[in-house]
Amino acid sequence: MNSGPWAVNKTTQTISKLLIAAIVWYIAYTILQPFTEFLAFDVLRLARGSHLGESVAFFLYDVPKILLLLSAMIFLITIVRTFFSAERTRRLLGGRRVGIGNVLAAMLGIVTPFCSCSAVPLFIGFVESGIPLGVTFSFLIAAPVINEVAFVLLFGLFGWKIAALYVASGLTIAIIAGIIIGQLHLERYVEDFVWQMQVGAAQDDSLKLTWEERITRAWEAVRDIVKKVWLYVVIGIAVGAGIHGYVPTDALAEVMGKSAWWSVPIAVLIGVPLYSNAAGMIPIVSALIEKGASLGTALAFMMAVIGLSLPETIILRRVLKPQLIVVFVGVVALAIILTGYLFNLVI
Amino acid sequence: MLSIKVLGSGCANCHKVEALAKQAVTQLGVQANIETVTDMQAIMSYGVMSTPGIVINDKVVSTGRVPALSQITTMITTALQ
Repeated sequence: MNSGPWAVNKTTQTISKLLIAAIVWYIAYTILQPFTEFLAFDVLRLARGSHLGESVAFFLYDVPKILLLLSAMIFLITIVRTFFSAERTRRLLGGRRVGIGNVLAAMLGIVTPFCSCSAVPLFIGFVESGIPLGVTFSFLIAAPVINEVAFVLLFGLFGWKIAALYVASGLTIAIIAGIIIGQLHLERYVEDFVWQMQVGAAQDDSLKLTWEERITRAWEAVRDIVKKVWLYVVIGIAVGAGIHGYVPTDALAEVMGKSAWWSVPIAVLIGVPLYSNAAGMIPIVSALIEKGASLGTALAFMMAVIGLSLPETIILRRVLKPQLIVVFVGVVALAIILTGYLFNLVI
Repeated sequence: MLSIKVLGSGCANCHKVEALAKQAVTQLGVQANIETVTDMQAIMSYGVMSTPGIVINDKVVSTGRVPALSQITTMITTALQ
């Protein structure tokens, strides 16, 4: 199939398509701000500085900006992820010591394709091949906590520093929580059948794919994820825009500000059972911060919502006894609370 | 007869793959036995850690993703050769 002029032709075609997409993306991103301002203030004739004008301008600019950033980010991360697979990650983690193993597991959690519906076979596969429980948990925590959609929204709405801080604290939480769970020696709280599983030899095609296939998968991922989250982005930014334009500045400083020490644990407590997606929530959180909520509290809330979801806990219950579920949720919640305080202290 | 197994714990993507496999079989007009495998031991025995997985004639051909219909038909025709 990959022979002769046909293959070259096909590759050229893929490359030119990519190039055109990149140029269109760049132009759209560059003209977005002047264009949306023109739309809000000249075409719709809204007054600059008015509640409605500011809200509408915010909305018109942020929705396409986030969707553009999201498409680019998903494309890139999917390309990276085609080089990793659960099978390859398992091989990379095999025989690693606690500590190094946890760090590596947390980082692989970012680049390994992961869907919470695969959490059970993944858990069994890891534990069966002798990867320590704590290292397995570092992976299982990092994979959902560090979410690419959340990363894009934080980057688009807060800038790269906050986005980097989010990734760094997600990694730290996954590493520390994994080490703690490992030190507690809770193997007896893994359901017994897990230890009796016969795991077949896995085959792994992550290194055999052609660039064509990797790029095709990246396009598919962009299409699927944008289709899944665009409505949440629109609704989230609409609510955020409303808050941005109408809620007075510092209205929330008392309840969600730094001085309210109790706000971090409460934010986490509310966040854990709440199963929302990052796409809809972060724009709202960003508007709340503008109105006096502190960043640490907001980040703790978001991580609790994204990282500790009820559906995933229910899925994991199939392989973990209730005691271990409690420890897992407790340790991660505690780590998130501490991170929230740390952020409030530092920033 | 061709044997197609869809491995998965019953998630939305697993159902999607199952529907696509049925569609592919109808499109190709081949005789195939499509089976959904939800038993974890059975899934693990194929060494599959990310679902949905597709097994054709006891060979794992796809894991952890929902392939396009055209990709599934290619997998089936390759298996038939």
